[in-house]
Amino acid sequence: MVLELQKPRPVWQIMFSTHHTDVGYLYTITGLTFLFMAGVLAMIIRTHLFFPGEGVLVSDSATFNRIFTVHGLTMLFLFALPVANGIGNILVPIMVRYKDMAYPKLNAIAFWMNPVGGALLWLGFADVSWVSYAPYSIIRAPGPAADMFIFGMKILGISSILSSINFVVTVLKCKHPDLSLRRVPLFAWSMLTVSLMTLIAMPTYAAALIMMLTDRLGLSGFFNPFAGGDPIAYLHLFWFTFHPEVYIFLLPAIGMMYEIIPRFSRKPLYSQASGVFAFVMLGIIGFASWGHHMYSTGMDFTTKVVFMIGTLAAVPASGMHVFNFLATMWGARIRFAAPMKFAVGGIALFFSAGAGGVLNSAMPLDFISHGTYWVVGHMHLFLTGTIGFGFVAMVYYMFPYITGRMYSEKWANVHFIGMFWGTVQVFFTQHLLGLEGMPRRIYDYPPEFTSWTQLNQIATVGAWILGASFAVFLASLIYYSAKGKPANMDDPWGLGGKYYYPVAAKNPHGGHSGY
Amino acid sequence: MGHDTAEWVFVAVVIAVLVYVGVDSWIVQKEVEDVPADAEVIKVTGQQWFWSFEHADGTKEISTLHLKKGHAYKFEIYSRDVMHSFNIPDWVVFEDAVPGHTNHAWFAPNEVGTYPIQCREYCGLLHYNMRGSLVVEDDKS
Repeated sequence: MVLELQKPRPVWQIMFSTHHTDVGYLYTITGLTFLFMAGVLAMIIRTHLFFPGEGVLVSDSATFNRIFTVHGLTMLFLFALPVANGIGNILVPIMVRYKDMAYPKLNAIAFWMNPVGGALLWLGFADVSWVSYAPYSIIRAPGPAADMFIFGMKILGISSILSSINFVVTVLKCKHPDLSLRRVPLFAWSMLTVSLMTLIAMPTYAAALIMMLTDRLGLSGFFNPFAGGDPIAYLHLFWFTFHPEVYIFLLPAIGMMYEIIPRFSRKPLYSQASGVFAFVMLGIIGFASWGHHMYSTGMDFTTKVVFMIGTLAAVPASGMHVFNFLATMWGARIRFAAPMKFAVGGIALFFSAGAGGVLNSAMPLDFISHGTYWVVGHMHLFLTGTIGFGFVAMVYYMFPYITGRMYSEKWANVHFIGMFWGTVQVFFTQHLLGLEGMPRRIYDYPPEFTSWTQLNQIATVGAWILGASFAVFLASLIYYSAKGKPANMDDPWGLGGKYYYPVAAKNPHGGHSGY
Repeated sequence: MGHDTAEWVFVAVVIAVLVYVGVDSWIVQKEVEDVPADAEVIKVTGQQWFWSFEHADGTKEISTLHLKKGHAYKFEIYSRDVMHSFNIPDWVVFEDAVPGHTNHAWFAPNEVGTYPIQCREYCGLLHYNMRGSLVVEDDKS
């Protein structure tokens, strides 16, 4: 795959290509672009909250509400999903030893829906918050922003269904006949699991969006209590899709760590079987816990208990992943190059985020943490700490293969220290803010609440460190893809042995398979 | 490929911790939701962007709620427009106000003081300023 970029090609050749690596680059670059756009919004939010009562940067709450809405939507649907799809596009056909994705044109169509959906979300700049709870999104949210949000999400949802169909068929039907499903590399397994989950979960939200649209148009009253509907129905439909979606965001990042950790540990993976088992378990149990987002909506005791058990049941499978990583690294000659640093950092933060999640699922504690900054900290610890770290690790890992050049280990180290430090400082502090009772999604807070002010300022400084580390990341990606030293393509990190590189398996009829 | 004893032990420990968390929160939540029979009912209505209260004797208050120390109170929580969430963080009173539904929460303040009341579910423009206060007074009668 490196050969394709070493010969410079006009950009339109990549843009109109249906080849899986080209579509993969498009996905990844689009995802990273949206990451930086949404990151700027995050910096605005954090800087604003540094100064309570002064209206710094954002002088009205309407704009603030729009900013956090678009920040969330962009990070989830225009960064996390496209980057996972991008890396999946590049690697999955190679891992199952097929020449391309099963449906190359469908693949390109699914990609090109992303910029369209993204444009609708950004041009609309809605204020519904990413969960867009009824009835606010129906009876109060100003159009056309909210309608553009609905159409944008609709398009992104269709895109993710199309690409999921493609991944499922590629893995199940197009894999090399000599490769048994059990031996398919775990990253491909993660993409298979999340694709199946998407196919089950996403149609529910698609239906909810259409119902929301007709409600907004006044044609129906599904979720509108003033027309005989029930907002709780929307919450159920929404979380039935988006709790599994949490795992859809998470599992590809775990899959990427499965690529990186054994290679940089220079040891075989501890257990392929338990990795596969844990993916499938999470894929199934992910559907049993959506109600834990709704404990406080007036849910009765028994229902709460059922959803608590469903939530706790997901923990052992997550723990098996962590165990698998630790057992792989145990006693290994680890080479802490950039991809390994980010992967290990991601595992550490995954563990802390998961531990916080156990506390959330316990009913009495949820009534303390729900709707506060605790939840903001918790879910960002997953999104930045695990998913972000996994993706960044993978970007560094793929960098020499894609560009033929080596990034600078020194600047990658600066990025790592800044990102890890920043993540811990912002999101751990936000947990404490939640315990102090600060609600999420607020434009301003009373300056006389000194504990809120202090913790917010600590979190904001952490966010600046995190933002600065990403500026380093962006600059070094651009600089070293043009000016970096040519990489040793057989073994960019000096790990010894070609065995470790899946790219060598690109050609199904020759070369080294590695699997 | 394959598991070994260490992994089974690890999974067993994780499951034991989870069972403890689950059983303990079952017990605590059961206790938390057990409303005393003599609790006085306070109707709480959330609307964009303030809270109003109605005492059992018909007294109405807006934004500031006066209660007596040592009594149990049960809140009946309504919403007049969009979803809100009635929250007194210092007393862990927290329940959503959902239009078309009546939700409940209860507490029994045992310390005199003034405590913030806030909205914890995003409800639009002035969500951040949907604040009130709870004043707990000594019961002189």
